[in-house]
Amino acid sequence: MALDATTVTAGAASGAPARPGLTLQRFARRRSTIAFIMALPLIAVIGGLVAWPAGYAIYLSTLNRRMTASIGLENFAILLESETFRMVIWQSCIFAFSAVVLKALLGFWLAHMLHHIPTKGQRIWRGMLLLPWVVPPALSTLGWWWMFDPSYSSLNWILNAIGAPSVPWLGEPWWARTSVIIVNVWAGTPFFMIMYLAALKSVPDQLYEAAAIDGATGWQGLRYVTLPMMRNIISITVLFSLIVTFANYDIVRVLTNGGPRDLTHVFASYAFQVGVLSGNIPRGAAVSLFMFPILAVVAFFVLRGVNQRNREMA
Amino acid sequence: MAGHRLTRRNMLRSGAGVIAAGTLSAPMVHAQGTGGTIRVAFWDHWVPGGNDALKKLCADWGEKNRTNVQLDFINTTGNQLQLTAAAQAQSRQGHDAISLSPWDPGTYADQLEPVDDVIERLVAKYGPINPIAEFLVKRNGKWRGVPATSGTQAKPACVRYDLLQEHAGIDVRAMWPAEGKMGPGAETWNWDTFLKAAEACHKAGVPFGLPMGQFSDAVDWVGAMFLSHGAHITDEKGKPTIKGNDKLRQAVDYGVRLAKFLPNDVWAWDDASNNRALISGRSALVFNPPSAWAVAKRDNPAVAEKCWTVPMPAGPAGRFLAYLPFTTSIWSFGKNKTATKALLEFISQRDSAEFTTNTSGGYDIPPFPSMADFKIWETQSPPVGTISNYPLKPHHQAKYSIAFSPAPPELAQQMYIQALNTKVIARVAQGGESIDQALGWLERELNNMLRG
Repeated sequence: MALDATTVTAGAASGAPARPGLTLQRFARRRSTIAFIMALPLIAVIGGLVAWPAGYAIYLSTLNRRMTASIGLENFAILLESETFRMVIWQSCIFAFSAVVLKALLGFWLAHMLHHIPTKGQRIWRGMLLLPWVVPPALSTLGWWWMFDPSYSSLNWILNAIGAPSVPWLGEPWWARTSVIIVNVWAGTPFFMIMYLAALKSVPDQLYEAAAIDGATGWQGLRYVTLPMMRNIISITVLFSLIVTFANYDIVRVLTNGGPRDLTHVFASYAFQVGVLSGNIPRGAAVSLFMFPILAVVAFFVLRGVNQRNREMA
Repeated sequence: MAGHRLTRRNMLRSGAGVIAAGTLSAPMVHAQGTGGTIRVAFWDHWVPGGNDALKKLCADWGEKNRTNVQLDFINTTGNQLQLTAAAQAQSRQGHDAISLSPWDPGTYADQLEPVDDVIERLVAKYGPINPIAEFLVKRNGKWRGVPATSGTQAKPACVRYDLLQEHAGIDVRAMWPAEGKMGPGAETWNWDTFLKAAEACHKAGVPFGLPMGQFSDAVDWVGAMFLSHGAHITDEKGKPTIKGNDKLRQAVDYGVRLAKFLPNDVWAWDDASNNRALISGRSALVFNPPSAWAVAKRDNPAVAEKCWTVPMPAGPAGRFLAYLPFTTSIWSFGKNKTATKALLEFISQRDSAEFTTNTSGGYDIPPFPSMADFKIWETQSPPVGTISNYPLKPHHQAKYSIAFSPAPPELAQQMYIQALNTKVIARVAQGGESIDQALGWLERELNNMLRG
C-alpha cells in the first residue's frame, strides 16, 4: 500500500498524546487542507469573476427600470411577451447552432487535410489557418464589414466583374443573417481544426492498421475508429464553442447592429441595446440571463455523455 | 560589522526608499494651495483638431484658477463613452465630470449634481436654452448638467445644389441664401416637394442618401419628418396614441413612399453611409451636420464646392430640425464639484463657445439660440456661405426637435435607441406588412417598454 501524507500523520498521531500544536499541524498537513489552500486562488478568481457577477446580474434582473425597487421576475415575463425578444431567442439559437455545426464540420475536414500533410509543411498551413482565430474579432469583423459594405462591397465588385448581380449582404434579412454566420464560422473554425488535429494525432496508428487488416475501407476507418476515439474532444469542443457563440457580441455589433428590423440580434447585442444604450440595465441583465438555462441544459447532457464514456473506458 | 556593510542590495534598497519618499512628497505644481485637481472626460471630437479648443480653454482656466485640470477624450465609436458613463455610475467612481450622450443625463439623473445656479447665470446672460436640451437634461425641475457646445449637432439637409437644380429644377441656393432671410420659393420647401425631388434624383441615378436603419442619423431625420406631420406615438405622459392616429399613419405612409426612391440598401446604412454617399458623388442630398461636407472638402473638393446646407422640409405641422446635444454633467460622487461647476460655466461663455465652434469648423452648435450668429457659419467655403443655414435661425421658421419627444424622456430614450420609427416604416416597405400590422407591432412594443 502506498503511503501518503494522511496515513503518515495518522500513524504518528496514534502513538502520542494529542497536543494542540500537533493537532493544528496535523490539520495543516491533511491532503484536503493542502488541496483547499492550493485551490484558494482559483476559488477566489471564480468567486470574484464568475459567481459574484452572475449573482449581481440575477439581482439586477429583479429590479425596476430606475433600479429603486424589486419587481421579482417581472422583467423576464415582459421579455417573453415581447415579439422582438422571442425573435431574438429564435435567432440566437439559429445563429449558434448553425455556426457551431458548420465550424465543427469545416474544422474536422481541415484537421483531416492537415493531418495528412507531411510534418514539415504542416507548420506553415497550421499557422496560416489559425490566423482568423488569432486576429481580434472586432478588427477582423471590420474587414468583413468592408467586404459586405452596403454601397461599396468589394465582394459585390467581384460579383459584378464576372457579370453576377450584387448581393444585399447586410440589407436583406436572410443575407444579413447568413453574413453574420459566415463571419463567425470563418473566425471560429481554426479552434475546431486545432483541437481535432490534436485529437487525430492521439489516435494510435495500430488501430488503423488493425482495421486495415480486417479490410475496413477509409470511410469505415473514420466511422468506427476515428470518430469513437474523438467523441469526447468533439463533445467538449462543441460545448465550448456553443457557449462562446451564444454569447457572441462583436460580430453582430460591427456588421449589422442587429438590423435590419432586429432580424440579426442575438442575446448579447440585444442585451447591450436594451440595457446600456436604452438605460434599462435590469431588463438588459434579464436578456443576458436567458442564455443561462439554454446553455445549462446543453452543458448537462454533453458533460454527462463525456463522463459516461470516461467511466466505460476506465 | 556585517550588518552595516555597503552591499549592492542595501544600496538598491536605500535608493528605492529615497525615490519613493521623493515621489510621495512631490508637490502638485498646478494646484499649489488652491483648487486641487479636476478630471473631466469629454467626447472625442470627430473633426480632426476638434478637441484642441477644450484643451486650450481648460488649460487657460486651470492656470487662472490654479487648478490642475486633467482631460480624457473618449470616443463614441463602439459606444465607449456610454460604457464609461455606465461603469462610473455603477462603481460611483471616476471623473469629476463627463460628457453624456443625449439621453444619458436622464439615465443617471439621480447620480448627477444639479447645476441650476450655473444655468441661471448663463440664461441671464444669453437668454433661454434650446428647449430640446432642456427636455433631455432637466429632471424633476433640476438641471443635471450643462448643455455642451462641443459635439452638439443638428442635421439639416446637405444638398448637391447642382444635381437638385438639374434633375428636380429646384434652386436651393435661391430658396435659402446665406443672407439671413428666405429666398423665393422657400415656402415650397416641404415634404411633398422633397418626395418629387427624391423621385427625380432617383431616376437620374443620384438618389437621396437617407439611412433607414437603427443608427441615430436614421432615427433623427425620420423623427423630424414624423413631427412635421404632427405624428406622435405617445402623448406627454407616455400614453400610446397609435390607434386611430391619422397623422401617424400619414407619416408612415410618407416614409414608405419615399423609401421607394432611396438606394435599396438604406436599411443597413450606418451613420457613415450617408456621408460616403455624398462624398463619393453618388447622392444628391443627405441629412447631416457639416462633417460630410468637410470631409468632401478634403477628399473630393469637386463635390464639396457644390454643396449647400438648407433646413429640413416643412410638413403640415411645421418645420423641424433634428438636434442631438451633448451635455457635460458632474457626478454627485465627484471630488471637486465647486471647481468643476466653475470650469463648465467658463467653457459655456459666448467667447468660449465661439472658440469651440470655430475650432470644429462650424460643426458644434452652442445650446443658446442667441449664439446662432457666429461668423464661422457665414464665412466657411467653398462655396462661401455653404453652411450659413446649418444652425437654426429665425427666418427658417423651424423648431429644433428630437425623435419621440414629447414622450417622457425615459420612454423616448428606449424608443429612440430601438429605432421604432424607422422599423415601423421598414416593416411595411421592406417586410411587406400592412400599415395596420406595423402599427399594431409598434403599439405592442411600446406597451412592453412601458412596463417595469
